[in-house]
Amino acid sequence: MDRPLVEPPARGSDAPRLKDGPPPGSAEARALDETWADPPGFFGWFCPVNHKTIAKRFIVTTLAFFAAGGLLAAVMRAQLSRPENNLVGPDMYNQLFTMHGTTMMFLFAVPVMQTVATYMLPLMLGTRNVAFPRMNAYAYWIFLFGGLMLYIAFFFNTGPDAGWFAYVPLSGPQFAPGKRVDFWAQMITFTEMSALVEAIVIITTIFKFRAPGMTLNRLPLFAWSMLVTSFMVLFAMPAVMLASTALIMDRLIGTHFYNPAEGGDALLWQHLFWFFGHPEVYLIFIPGLGFLSAIIPTFARRPIFGYTAMVLSLIATAFLSFGLWVHHMFATNLPELGKGFFTAVSMLIAIPSAIQIYCWLATLWTGRLNLKTPLLFVLAFFFILVLGGMTGLMLASVPLDLQVHDTYFVVAHLHYVLIGGAVFPLFGAFYYWFPKFSGRMMSEGLGRWSFWLMFIGFNLAFFPMHLLGLHGMPRRVYTYQAGMGWDNLNLASTIGAYTLALGIFLSLVNAIRSARSGEPAPADPWGGGTLEWATASPPATCNFHRVPVVYGRDPVWEPPPPGAPAYVSGLAADSREQLVTTVLDALPDHRISYPTPSPWPFLSAVATTILFVGSIFTPWAIVWGSVIVAVPLVGWFWPTRREAAEHMALEKQP
Amino acid sequence: MVPPVFGLCLRLVLLAVLALLLASLSDYALAATPIPQAVHDALDAMGPQASHIASLWNVFLAACAAVFLAILAVLLYVLWRTPRADGGDVPDLSSLREAEPGPQRHVTRAVVVSVLALFALVVASVFTDRALARLSLADAVNIEVTAHQWWWTAKYVNGGPSDSFTTANEIHVPVGRPVVVNLHADDVIHSLWVPSLAGKKDLIPGRSTVMQFRADHPGIYRGQCAEFCGYQHALMGLLVIAEPPAQFETWVQGQRQSATEPTDAKALRGKAVFESSSCAMCHAIQGSLASAQHAPDLTHVASRQTLAAGTLPNTPQDLSAWISNPQLHKPGTNMPATPLSKDDLEAIVAYLGGLK
Repeated sequence: MDRPLVEPPARGSDAPRLKDGPPPGSAEARALDETWADPPGFFGWFCPVNHKTIAKRFIVTTLAFFAAGGLLAAVMRAQLSRPENNLVGPDMYNQLFTMHGTTMMFLFAVPVMQTVATYMLPLMLGTRNVAFPRMNAYAYWIFLFGGLMLYIAFFFNTGPDAGWFAYVPLSGPQFAPGKRVDFWAQMITFTEMSALVEAIVIITTIFKFRAPGMTLNRLPLFAWSMLVTSFMVLFAMPAVMLASTALIMDRLIGTHFYNPAEGGDALLWQHLFWFFGHPEVYLIFIPGLGFLSAIIPTFARRPIFGYTAMVLSLIATAFLSFGLWVHHMFATNLPELGKGFFTAVSMLIAIPSAIQIYCWLATLWTGRLNLKTPLLFVLAFFFILVLGGMTGLMLASVPLDLQVHDTYFVVAHLHYVLIGGAVFPLFGAFYYWFPKFSGRMMSEGLGRWSFWLMFIGFNLAFFPMHLLGLHGMPRRVYTYQAGMGWDNLNLASTIGAYTLALGIFLSLVNAIRSARSGEPAPADPWGGGTLEWATASPPATCNFHRVPVVYGRDPVWEPPPPGAPAYVSGLAADSREQLVTTVLDALPDHRISYPTPSPWPFLSAVATTILFVGSIFTPWAIVWGSVIVAVPLVGWFWPTRREAAEHMALEKQP
Repeated sequence: MVPPVFGLCLRLVLLAVLALLLASLSDYALAATPIPQAVHDALDAMGPQASHIASLWNVFLAACAAVFLAILAVLLYVLWRTPRADGGDVPDLSSLREAEPGPQRHVTRAVVVSVLALFALVVASVFTDRALARLSLADAVNIEVTAHQWWWTAKYVNGGPSDSFTTANEIHVPVGRPVVVNLHADDVIHSLWVPSLAGKKDLIPGRSTVMQFRADHPGIYRGQCAEFCGYQHALMGLLVIAEPPAQFETWVQGQRQSATEPTDAKALRGKAVFESSSCAMCHAIQGSLASAQHAPDLTHVASRQTLAAGTLPNTPQDLSAWISNPQLHKPGTNMPATPLSKDDLEAIVAYLGGLK
């Protein structure tokens, strides 16, 4: 019974197959490059499944949203630069701050971390692509369409105006008529779906696609941070999707989940939203910690101090982050004793962060410092994030929170934590990995200018807000009266915000100039130890022509012992084949045949968009939209004879 | 070395800043705060609740500043003492072979100190919370405050039903006596915050919440809505006026009375216009035909210091300007512009101005 069920293609049966193993430059390596390349041409543009192609588009998209959110903030700061300003009115201002918060949280901070991960993880783990590459493509398209939908609505004066937190009843049918909040609620559905899909991609990639020898105990800390983040996404995001779906049902079909007059509850929204919303902060912050753990060892020229403690701290942070959502609700009528519990947890979560900070300081202390731009951004983290963490302790205390809650003090705190804990590390990571993305070095001089403008501008913009909050200035006000004593601090803050924007703009200029005419980057320009530095800059389409074998936590620094193999060979070079390893020990487990480029993810995303946008206008869109979505999904999963034959041939003749 | 493109960027951004600032110099209608002397500072505590919190603030500030400075000092020391390297330098892998007892000891110590400090802060916080809950409530003044988009109703409920009275946007309290405020929301969630007297408390539709405070010094304390509640969240102010008990009693007696009946012809005409125009569809004036509950009670409006929840000072000119075009002063407010002849407007202002 060795007759194949389906006749394999001619070359599969007789001709010897090309196998990987030979070094770059060989015929096999060229075949690999070709096998893993994206299809060319206009139609090919809609079909890629290569993680680097998708991630590059994704990064550019999230950065475009970051810039848009920043411009909204610039208008807000101009409006608040002086009392009783008339640049924008309350209607526009409410849309501005809602769009700013929504953009930064949903369209920038969470996706940009996931997307840097989908670029870097296969390189760090020593594999050729992420798991479920078509789903990865689908996640990108759905995210793009959701973000565009929100901004198109905004440009047609239908931008959401109930805050990024959309508290009911203000966002409910009675007090927010029109479609503004509906667009917001569906944007949640789009982006959360994308985030959930990405989380599955990242978890599977980390668990199953690591290079042989990369046991969990040798997993790079950035990968650990993304693993933890992705599990948090899986548990946190469903809460907000549930909440926003109930909201849109209240608004569209007259359910009363949040209507106290009909037995609903206004606080239910807050519980659901913050059960997502607080882990959300940490799932923005934890990748930032991962960037730091990637950058610090390279620039301190030594392995990280306290690897195990770092991993356990990440996991502890993730668990604790689900137990402190009530500190957003201390001013409600929840029981006082219960609030005390949430005070304790909110303070407890400082401990794992403190452990990591101490371990990084120990790494820096005992290392030798290569003071380049990426390290500068990391050092800024110690100033900004630690200060933000301190104000976080104040907000964790019920009595102090009752004074500063919903004031500019909180605006200061959250920007110190999110910009210090995520954006500065992210910029450090961009400077660090830019040579890998583009094959060129970024300008060090421009990088330093950008850094100092950002650092000084940031502190000038946000430090005065602490004082404003203590002096009684509430958040989310489109203006304030003269004579309240808030004028000068607000003006200082505006000047700082524009300085910060200038610094960010310089980094953008730096990136564009360097991508065109920067100095060509070698494979390992910083002397880093993780696997992404073991391949060319920019990497080949297949990432690694030979899948490496790993013997330590920093594989580049710890080469194979004498006599041990440096790489595995034998995967097909003329067909997409990938090595799958075991979860704990990364022992070679089996080979899988890998999905090829396909337009179906794009078409499915278009169909999903029709369903989601349609359901803003009529509930029947759920019914006919399901049919529209089903068509491309059937196409997506329809098995073809050619693929089946190819898989059979690989099975039979390994 | 600064690349030439830097100068270009700088100029572009400066131009943008300038353009925005110029654009913002356009006309504006809002008045400066009517009561600039009103205290509204969380650290300027004027009662036991706010001062408990201010003391806790000092404890937290000291502890957090110490930790922050310590971490910064270590970082600066590291930057100062650690030798420099280059990306080409061979990494130091000795930590893979041998333990690092020195750094391990330091990190462990730092973690232990952090845990102890955090525990101390939790204890301080819980004790402050307890002190706040233990405010003596003997002989309290009871007020029912209801928040609306974007103003406040205050109903004083001490004594029997005939003793209760309603006012808006201004609360008088006696110095030295505790005040218990029951909080309700009429539409969306609001939050009452009088920083110099107490921490804030939300007003939530379908739930009732309570706030307790005491003012120990006479004065005017500004409060405001702290929870985003729509268009005019920014201009939803409230005054708390703390006065000696005797003065407070006089005020209470005055507020319990119906509105003063006007005597001069102009004010009488104003009353007639008020009762027959759209004013009476939302406002109430005890002792007149106007008894609607959708807008601030105006029975003693002339005794109040501000108009439109702290938006304007309560002068005849401002009242007249407010009635003719509320949207100019508080865009989005639920009060529509009332088309009135000049005489009618003057008459209404005269009438309302007499409602002490």
